[in-house]
Amino acid sequence: MVSMTVTLNNKSGLHARPASLFTKEAAKYQAAVKVIKDGQEYNAKSILSVLSMGAAQGTELTITAEGEDEEQALKALKELFDQNFGE
Amino acid sequence: MKGIGVSSGIAIGYVLKKEETVQKIERKTIEDSGAEMKRLNEARQTSIAQLDQIIQKMQQENRDEEAQIFEAHKMLVGDDIFFGEVEQMILKEKVNAEWALQVITDAYIKQFASFEDEYLRERQADLVDIRNRITKILLGIEEKEPDAVSDEMVIVAKDLAPSDFAKMDLSKIIGFVTEKGSKTSHVSIMARSYGVPAVVGVEAIFTKVKNGDAIIIDGEAGTVLLNPTAAELDTYQRKQQKLQEFNTRLQALKDRETCSLDGKKFTIAANISGPQDVDAVLANGGEGIGLYRTEFLFLDRDSFPSEEEQFTVYKSVVEKMKGKPVVFRTLDVGGDKELPYLDIPPEDNPFLGFRAIRICLANQELFRTQLRALLRASEYGNLKIMFPMISSLEELRAAKAQLKAVSAELEKENIDFAEDIEVGMMVEVPAAAMIAEIFAKEVDFFSIGTNDLIQYTTAVDRGNQRIAHLYTEYHPALFRLIQRIVDAAHQEDIWVGICGEAAANPRLAPIYAAMGVDELSVDSKSILKIRWMLNNSSCLEMEKVIAQIMEMPTAEEIEAYLHKLNERIELG
Repeated sequence: MVSMTVTLNNKSGLHARPASLFTKEAAKYQAAVKVIKDGQEYNAKSILSVLSMGAAQGTELTITAEGEDEEQALKALKELFDQNFGE
Repeated sequence: MKGIGVSSGIAIGYVLKKEETVQKIERKTIEDSGAEMKRLNEARQTSIAQLDQIIQKMQQENRDEEAQIFEAHKMLVGDDIFFGEVEQMILKEKVNAEWALQVITDAYIKQFASFEDEYLRERQADLVDIRNRITKILLGIEEKEPDAVSDEMVIVAKDLAPSDFAKMDLSKIIGFVTEKGSKTSHVSIMARSYGVPAVVGVEAIFTKVKNGDAIIIDGEAGTVLLNPTAAELDTYQRKQQKLQEFNTRLQALKDRETCSLDGKKFTIAANISGPQDVDAVLANGGEGIGLYRTEFLFLDRDSFPSEEEQFTVYKSVVEKMKGKPVVFRTLDVGGDKELPYLDIPPEDNPFLGFRAIRICLANQELFRTQLRALLRASEYGNLKIMFPMISSLEELRAAKAQLKAVSAELEKENIDFAEDIEVGMMVEVPAAAMIAEIFAKEVDFFSIGTNDLIQYTTAVDRGNQRIAHLYTEYHPALFRLIQRIVDAAHQEDIWVGICGEAAANPRLAPIYAAMGVDELSVDSKSILKIRWMLNNSSCLEMEKVIAQIMEMPTAEEIEAYLHKLNERIELG
């Protein structure tokens, strides 16, 4: 299993558009992708689960991936965060 | 009636009420839960087909922002984990699909409603929207578009969901009024993106209006007038026309330079809080960023942003600005901006306490991390560095020494950074203003922070409501201080800007310009207005005005005088 910690820098947090970009990206991979916020686990491939985190700007999230393509999955998701979801 | 103006402009038209179509859902016990689950899945499929149609329509009409919202809806409908919960309930409790869908979505909606972040909180509307869509399919309710009452309709509704917009013929809609909502509701975002006025949060308006009622809405002031009198109609028609004319004129200034009637050139830059604000700066013709409040990257989180994170953010801003100058103010926290992870014990006088540069000089690592990130980002654009809250030369020298040390460090590590980075300081403490001529020898520019300068000069806490009337940018002391700072800067051939709120005051901007201020840095929305004011002022004339002001003993007199003087140029 691989994991990373990221911070949400985009203004409005993981709302509809960034959340959908995030979930879509996560769904591309075989690996099980989880997001951990405040000790609670959320399913990265469920948009509703991601939205229900209520992750606002500045929130720190831990993302874990487990499966054959776990490295690629994390790398792709990190890019989304680095580019602030294109905002 | 009053509400919150969320999209500016004036609309004069006729009411079209948007009725809610989903009735109360009843709980029914069902025998065949398998069939019920099948019914739910068929409704899901139908809703996806509907959404596909909407998305296609939006894309054809270049309504990309909306199309993306419906893409997100499609994802919600496609969320198997969520619908798994609904199916579980149908199976276990032997209830109808509509009921199970309602109960499960309600739980999520409650969770969304509890969020502190307004934007995320508003996203419960997306969930309600897809639930209603599927429920309508389950119940066999057909959507009818309301009959048009005129070609200039103002939609009045309790609330509006994205799906409501998808069905509307927008060519006939000139405004929106809702009972619910805030600045970040869908209705507000949509209205702004179509450029039509909207007022939200108007209590009980839905029951007060009938289809076809005449209505006027002012999306700036948040005013709604029902069945206006002839006089009211006349007033608003004139106001509307003036606004339209003025906006057209302002838009024409977007790619123009700022130059007074007597040929003096100025720079109008913008204040930003992060990369998300840059598009608005460019869209409004900003010539640079005069104040980047870097502290916003540090707020609302649990730990300091790393050098890498800061670098990425700073780099993205200078790159987006494509060579236009960006003034980065180093971390300015304390006072009214708290960092929970920087453990500062409560103070009796936080504004006179441990804040801004004082914190940075006491926390070397924090300061150096930011300076390293800034230097590294300097390779990618036109970056300038500015220190806040400087009150003594020792502080400025200490801050510059840190910058020098960090530069040496990077050189040793063979990391590239721009060579000739301009380093400046905020002048916002009266002591600094008084010895500006000393500072001017050791910095490349000044930026006058009027908010704090007023607060410290007049000894008025700007957050204290009881003394709010004492806080004024028209205080005679302010004009004297600003003139002092400008003269000291020009004596040493350095440039001077103003980045406080007073710079965006259309009555004061021409005065500051005539005093010799080289750059005014304002919020993006004010850029064109301030450019307009300067383009229509003559510095020679304003110099006479300044001489008059300097003779006036009270803020009240100065304010009244400037108000009268500018009436003719404000609003064209």
